Amino acid sequence: MAAVKPLLAVRDVHKSFDGLTAVDGVDFDLPAGEIRAIIGPNGAGKTTFVNLVCGRVMPDSGQVLFAGEDITHLPAHARVRRGIAYTFQITSVFTQLSVYDNVALSVQRTLIDHKERGESRFSAADLRRGVDHALERVGLSDRSAMPAGELAYGHQRLLELAMGLALKPRLLILDEPTQGLSDSEIEGFGVLVREIAADATVLLIEHNMPVVMALAHRITVMDQGRVLAEGSPDEIRANADVQHAYLGVSGDA
Amino acid sequence: MADKTAMRSLLLHVAVIGVLLALNFVLPEYHRGVFSRILVLAVFAMGYNLLFGYCGLLSLGHAMFFAAGLYGAGLTVYHLDWGVAAGFAAGIMAGATLALAIGLLALRTTGVAFMIVTLMFSQVFYLTTLYFTTWTRGEEGLVLRQDVRQLGLGGVSLDLSDPATRYFVALALFAVVLFATLAIARAPLGRVLVAIRENEERTRMLGYDVFANKLAAVVLSGLFCAAAGAAYALLFGYVGSSFAAIQYSILPLLWVLLGGAATTLGPLVGTLFMFYVIDIASGFTSAYMLVVGVALIVLVLFFPRGIVGAIRERWLPWLP
Ligand SMILES: Nc1ncnc2c1ncn2[C@@H]1O[C@H](COP(=O)(O)OP(=O)(O)O)[C@@H](O)[C@H]1O
Ligand SMILES: [Mg+2]
Repeated sequence: MAAVKPLLAVRDVHKSFDGLTAVDGVDFDLPAGEIRAIIGPNGAGKTTFVNLVCGRVMPDSGQVLFAGEDITHLPAHARVRRGIAYTFQITSVFTQLSVYDNVALSVQRTLIDHKERGESRFSAADLRRGVDHALERVGLSDRSAMPAGELAYGHQRLLELAMGLALKPRLLILDEPTQGLSDSEIEGFGVLVREIAADATVLLIEHNMPVVMALAHRITVMDQGRVLAEGSPDEIRANADVQHAYLGVSGDA
Repeated sequence: MADKTAMRSLLLHVAVIGVLLALNFVLPEYHRGVFSRILVLAVFAMGYNLLFGYCGLLSLGHAMFFAAGLYGAGLTVYHLDWGVAAGFAAGIMAGATLALAIGLLALRTTGVAFMIVTLMFSQVFYLTTLYFTTWTRGEEGLVLRQDVRQLGLGGVSLDLSDPATRYFVALALFAVVLFATLAIARAPLGRVLVAIRENEERTRMLGYDVFANKLAAVVLSGLFCAAAGAAYALLFGYVGSSFAAIQYSILPLLWVLLGGAATTLGPLVGTLFMFYVIDIASGFTSAYMLVVGVALIVLVLFFPRGIVGAIRERWLPWLP
């Protein structure tokens, strides 16, 4: 790991909310191309940790480096433009807008960025092509004119994913993406994440252990704001501390 | 499919302008005057709609932007003998600059606080117009004489106090702002403003600088409202501080709510509707404000999305 510069490097970040320590000195390296899962009991600080990475929450101390650059003080929207996309733990699509417009917001973001890098202006056709492509990938093409709020829950999660991948991120952060999905939906979701991982690094918070074991290259276990363990799925399965802190009580998780 | 919708809405807007143009030749004199006024005030409403309807920011201080345009044009023409075109430009600049400053300050707040802050700034503006009575003549106002309201256009001079000319100039301004609104609504900016209205945090996490986009909306909104104010001063020749009073901050909100927030044609429909309800009601009874109040309540109860909003919801989903 020392040889290759990680895409994401987090150095000793701390964050507390009114005296309650949510993230307590986390060091974290994520090499490009990996699918990494973060697991841990509720309240372990997983969401807060990824929020520190994507800029929704600013750390009390510590450093966040992305592609070798210090982004600790960059606002969230600027981090998105550098390639960090975040999908919300609680589904948060624009319910009043059409499925098309939801995804168009992501696509036009990348098109505007291209333009600002000196490439040609984009046309309505470019936008449409980008949206169609993203909707096709998640299988929502036939629902593009529907208001997003009328989609079934599982489809809203897919739309959320389409919005994330249409940003063409280098790092895609998924916060409990399979929550509330049916088994068959979860299966399709796994296939999709593997496809996405072909050109992006994926950081995934997930409670569903079979999903984690099947998808993740490596797993980071958090507990009480700290990293408890990190390793391959097999190593984590065998780790006694993890069993005690999490897997042992995971029958209901 | 998308192209067809775009073409259809473009044709509709062209048709609306065509009808308004034709009205100049068929309307009786009194109504032509009313319509000139409505067209200018509809521009004010369209400016308000950009911020309130599309971006979801409820301001209670837009009288200051209208009045900035009114005074920007009126004072330069009256005191500095500027020409009509220069005065109009001064009005727009005054409004846009004021909007930039107000935006930078007021956008630190949201919701009710934003309403109060904009209201306070607008009251300050109103009191300022009263304070400098030497220049503004306060409530009594300034009257721009007919001979200074001449627009030189390539050798010909247009008399802005002439009813037909006034109607055409008002319609030209209305058309420009209408098509600008349509363009913004369809452009990436329009989509982002609506997204901010619907879910600010999600918009931010799609890579948009929410503050910068809101600021752009405030400035564009202020600019349109100031254009209306400047045109009002030059077309109707009266510049008074009553236009900076709170009433003129509430009116555009009502017009937009009535006509349909976040619709391109709603502001015109709302302004037109309210003007004629008042006009007709005041012909029957001295308690006409009561009639207006009842009409408003009925509309809000049965058409919460406004007239054009209801039409879009029920029959024409493609309406922009
Ligand atoms: N915005 C916040 N304000 C106050 N406390 C918070 C906030 N966000 C998280 N916390 C607290 O921080 C701790 C970690 O929460 P979170 O990061 O959501 O954990 P996880 O995602 O692992 O369940 C919890 O005790 C939670 O109540
Ligand atoms: Mg969480």
